[in-house]
Formats: sequence, structure tokens, C-alpha cells
Amino acid sequence: MQTEEFISIETFCAHHGVEFSFINTLEEFGLLELPTINQTKCIPSVQLAHLEKIVRLHFDLDINMEGIEAIVHLLNRIENLQAEITALKNQLRLYEDI
Amino acid sequence: MEIIDYYKVLGLDKNAGEKEIKKAFRKLARKYHPDLNPSDKAAQKKFQQINEANEVLSDPEKRAKYDKYGKDWEHAEAFEKARQTQRQSGGGEGYRFSEGTSSEDFSDFFNSMFGGTHTGGSARTVKFRGQDYHAELSLSLTDVYKTHKRTLTVNGKNIRIAIPAGVENGQVIKIKGHGGPGINGGPNGDLYITFSIANHPRFKRVGNDLFTTIGLDLYKAVLGGEVIVDTLDGQVKLLLKPGTQNGSKVKLKGKGFPVYKKEGEFGDLFVTWSVKVPGNLSEKQKALFEELSKLSS
Repeated sequence: MQTEEFISIETFCAHHGVEFSFINTLEEFGLLELPTINQTKCIPSVQLAHLEKIVRLHFDLDINMEGIEAIVHLLNRIENLQAEITALKNQLRLYEDI
Repeated sequence: MEIIDYYKVLGLDKNAGEKEIKKAFRKLARKYHPDLNPSDKAAQKKFQQINEANEVLSDPEKRAKYDKYGKDWEHAEAFEKARQTQRQSGGGEGYRFSEGTSSEDFSDFFNSMFGGTHTGGSARTVKFRGQDYHAELSLSLTDVYKTHKRTLTVNGKNIRIAIPAGVENGQVIKIKGHGGPGINGGPNGDLYITFSIANHPRFKRVGNDLFTTIGLDLYKAVLGGEVIVDTLDGQVKLLLKPGTQNGSKVKLKGKGFPVYKKEGEFGDLFVTWSVKVPGNLSEKQKALFEELSKLSS
């Protein structure tokens, strides 16, 4: 069985020097879903890179929440389209000469 | 060593003020930031240049050194010696990004002038993940038919990884923590490996299914019989129906490719029969075919 690691939001905030309210706002915008474990809000380790990316977009590039929401949506679309292109390319190989 | 015109990189003139530098940097960073341009190496390179230009021009001390010695950087050391006697504190607002801030990411020009260090205060500079590394691994179709281990050398380090059976061409897997070292004690970046799987001379793969074409002589196609078919898992014996048509297909269930990370599950193998019409007939063969032709008309 696969186990999932969680990191408390407090630890994350201290590590990255961000306010807890920022994480709350992300949750309100639906950009994150944070489970509560032992009355502590946590982030699954698999989502850590996603959250760190959001932190960079906001603090380093000055992008507001609405902008981040749009970017995350578009990046997901790019990722899906890239996966689709790869699948189509692989299918096309069937018709290449062997 | 290439001399970099940092003003040109940011699209500024030499008299640009602090606000203009900041504005130009932000505008370009939003365009080329690695987070916004995943897997785009050209954008990442451009971003490194922008970051480097900002690192220099937003710091009055570095900017002065660059303005004075930029095109004659060999004399920068002499400048440094003079500067040490009247050291002043300084530093503009610096921006640090997890992807692109190790000294390795700065140009030789930057490192020779500023020693690869990049100081400057920041409102939010604590710990950052190291840079993500991207590598491509070329394998054959038979390589990924079975799970196997392989040692890769990435940035001088040997990494032993297990390559699961069923990996697809173009698929990317992440090896956590094997990217660049973290900055200021931050965690290491990740290593992303893109698999490039070469076409097999006899088998085509679509998803988990394999496709192959097998030549069949006319007599066997007409009369039927046993045919030995090669699969990636060895040979199988097939009983061919009499009257098998050219281009017809047969499905060998479970003889395709292993399903990624689902042990024991396999796709199917589709065999297309290619009936070979005999050429250069002997007189006797020709006569027999003519007789057959008369019989069937």
C-alpha cells in the first residue's frame, strides 16, 4: 500500500517565509486542498512542488491570485495537450515505415 | 568569453534608473520564468540571462563595476583591490528563483567579474529548492519490455534507477531529490527523465498493444496450416485458417506490451498477414495456376 507523506502548513510557512494567510487565500481560491491531520492543516508532499510554484509566481513575479488561478489552469491545459501530442506521436509511429 | 550587455538583455539604456530596471526585469521574468515555460530550454536560458542582468544592474556596487569594466573585465581585479580599501555597503533588491540561482547558472562572464556570488537583500529569501534537472534516456522497445535497473550519470553523479516495464516514448518520470542542490539549505531539486524509445524493426507499439506484419506464402494462405509467430516474449505457434486473406488480422491476447506499473497485465499483439504472391513461375507452376483458374471460373 502506498503511504502519503504530509507536511504541516506551519512548517512550510516557516521554511519559505510566507504568511499563513497566504495559504488560506490559496485554499479559498480553490488552488489548494489541505487535509487536516491531528487538528493541523497539512500539505501532501506530492503537492509540495505545486505550492512552491505558486509561492514563486506570487512573491517573485508579483502575480495576484486571479493571475495565478489563470496560469495554473493554462499550465494544466499545456500539460494535458503535451500528453495528448505525445500519445498522438506514438500512434503515428504505427504508420511509419519499418 | 562572451561579453554580455546586461542593459541590452533587459532592453534598457545605460541611464536607466532603479525603478526602470525593476520594471523591465519583472516584465521579462513574467515572460520567461521557468515555471511559466515548462520544458522550454530556450526560455530557461533567456531567464538565466535576465536574472543575471538584474543581479548586476539592481545592485549599485555591481552595476558600477560592470559599467566601468564590463567591456574590459580583465581589469576588474585591479578595481577590486582599490575597492577593498574603501568598502561600502550596498545592494539593490535581488530576486531569487529556485530554478536558476546557483552560481552554475550564471555566465562565465558573471562569475569572472563577481566571483559567482550574488548578494543583495530580498524581502523573502529563505530556502529554495535546487534546480530541476532534465535528461533524456534513449532505449529500445525491448529494453522497456521488462523492468530493469540502469545506472545513469547526471552532472557527474551516478544514479541507479529502476525503469519500469511499459514506459512509453516521450514519458517523463521524476526522480525526487536528484536535481541541483538546494539553496540556503533548501531541498534538492528533482531529476526529470524523458524516455526516447526507438522504433522496433518488427513491432509497432500503440499504447499497450503491439502490431506486426507477417509474410505468408500463397499456398499456406490458401490451404491453412501452422505458422510460427515471433513475439517479444518468444515464439508462438498459430493455426492458420484455410483461405486467409491478404491484410487480414489476428489478435493474440496478452502477447502485447506490459502495462506500465501493472505487473502481469499485458496488451495484445495484432498480426497482419501479408500474402506473398509467387513470382518467376516455372512452366509447370504456370500450367497448374492456369488449371486452377479455369476450375474457379
